[in-house]
Amino acid sequence: MTRDAIKDLVLEIIKDIDEDADFEALQADQPLRDQLDLDSMDFLDIVMELRKRHKLQIPEEDYPQLASLDSCVNYLEPLLKNA
Amino acid sequence: MPFSLDKAAASYDVIVIGSGLGGLTSAKRLSYCGYKVLLLEFHHQLGGLATWFKRNGHIFDISLHGFPYGMVKTCKKYWTKEITESIVQLKNIVFDNPQFSLKTTFDRIDFTALLNKKFKIPQPVIDRFFATVAGMNFYDDQTMTTRELFEEFFPGRTDVHRLLMEPITYANGSTLDDPAITYGIVFSNFMNKGVFTFEGGTDKLIRLMTEDLERNGVMICTNAKVDRIVVEKGKVRGVEVNGRVITAPAVVSNSGITNTIYDLAGREAFTSDFLEQADAIRVNNSSCQVYIGLKKDADIEDRGDLLFTSSAPVFDSAELLDMQTHSKTFSVYYPKTRPGHDRYAIVASMNSRYEDWNRLSPVAYESEKQALIARTLIDLNRYFPGVNDKIDWLEAATPKTFNRYTLHTHGTSFGTKFEGLAVSRSIFKEVPGLFHVGSVGIIMSGWLGAINYGVIVANDVDSYIRSI
Ligand SMILES: Cc1cc2nc3c(=O)[nH]c(=O)nc-3n(C[C@H](O)[C@H](O)[C@H](O)COP(=O)(O)OP(=O)(O)OC[C@H]3O[C@@H](n4cnc5c(N)ncnc54)[C@H](O)[C@@H]3O)c2cc1C
Repeated sequence: MTRDAIKDLVLEIIKDIDEDADFEALQADQPLRDQLDLDSMDFLDIVMELRKRHKLQIPEEDYPQLASLDSCVNYLEPLLKNA
Repeated sequence: MPFSLDKAAASYDVIVIGSGLGGLTSAKRLSYCGYKVLLLEFHHQLGGLATWFKRNGHIFDISLHGFPYGMVKTCKKYWTKEITESIVQLKNIVFDNPQFSLKTTFDRIDFTALLNKKFKIPQPVIDRFFATVAGMNFYDDQTMTTRELFEEFFPGRTDVHRLLMEPITYANGSTLDDPAITYGIVFSNFMNKGVFTFEGGTDKLIRLMTEDLERNGVMICTNAKVDRIVVEKGKVRGVEVNGRVITAPAVVSNSGITNTIYDLAGREAFTSDFLEQADAIRVNNSSCQVYIGLKKDADIEDRGDLLFTSSAPVFDSAELLDMQTHSKTFSVYYPKTRPGHDRYAIVASMNSRYEDWNRLSPVAYESEKQALIARTLIDLNRYFPGVNDKIDWLEAATPKTFNRYTLHTHGTSFGTKFEGLAVSRSIFKEVPGLFHVGSVGIIMSGWLGAINYGVIVANDVDSYIRSI
């Protein structure tokens, strides 16, 4: 998967969690939590969706890597290189 | 419609023991992940403590007194639109005790105004207090108690302590000596937007959840008491129920954490280190309730939805637990609560200890129950003068009642104290394939806590099954 495709994937999952999420002003290097009002349950949903869709196992200690859109892409890129 | 046990297959991907809100939600999430799920419930009705009963044309709700706004988001994500849309606000929360009487929407804006104007707390202190509790996380330092938190912000102000603590003590059994974070997390949840309820009643919620599970292919069996979780070679193999073994690589127990460890899996399944942690778990208190039904054509004035009443001079956690407590809540169910059902019902709730009721002889038990009803009516008459003549149903429940219906150790209403959470979270690391979901650690209790915990545990189960 390309970096752009991974970005779209993450945004698509967030959209499924919160259909009102507004990505217009989203800054990729800033925490998703503050900008989109995501809580820890939302991050768990992202982890579960990634496992469901791409069989990815993300251990709990890696959850902080999902903080911003950029860090998501950086973290997921090697894991999804063959997807 | 749930099935009887003989319809269950010989094996499943996951077996969920117990249909409390935690068990129901785990079952839902796991079926959504594509697993073949069996849900086994001991009782004939689903819902666990989220339950109701019918008498004489009345429907009495047991645990529908109020939950935080977070339920809207949670039900929208993990259940259905219809469930989400039935959540409505309870706008009139009343406090009445020797220190103060007031009516509030129980949210941050209203509480800020009350603390400032009525209790004369300077605005910056209020703001700092709210910021402090809102910033609390369960992994934060647990050494500070709620008592210390209150003393830091409102030294010596027992009236303010009461305003802040009394509702939370009823909501989850916590006391001034529990970790401040358990208080802060739950209090902040409520302060977000106030107190909400489920229009249509608990029976409607559980019916909608059951239908949703059935649509998702979950096999549900009631009157099915699991006697044992079968553990072989250190791993879960399935469950034994009515003399039959049904196999599954993963079992999620929504039975109490102590019941799960001691009664279902058995001590022999665990290491001594783990048992040491488990043995230190304190279960929370239980409850007493008095169910009051009004005659068909009777009505009462709107005095509020949820009344926190007490004639005790100051708030005292021990006083609230006493058999003779002068403190109780009244939940008033007006006809609007259940559209189409035009009856009034009132449920009085008190916190209570199992031991106090369990040690009574059968005769003393019955007479204490009657005394409880009599005391409740005296208190109720302060808010609804002359109500006695309008009543056509009176019944009481005690900690023994809660124990009988849920099997929970000492009839606990709100799971365990904080230490139960770590044990519940780590049980699958101890016995692969064995998971626990349900009220633990104070923060994972209540309707919202139990549902969210159901999602968290389903994530662990999914991760585990995919790794084997
Ligand atoms: C009086 C009272 C008032 C409350 N009021 C509120 C309120 O206003 N708002 C709020 O948010 N929360 C309230 N609560 C708390 C809330 O109801 C609970 O925290 C929540 O419902 C618990 O869900 P749970 O998943 O832990 O499971 P539980 O409801 O405890 O259910 C466990 C289920 O497992 C079943 N089970 C146990 N052992 C077995 C076995 N061996 N085999 C098969 N089945 C088994 C039981 O029968 C039960 O159905 C109240 C609780 C009480 C008691």
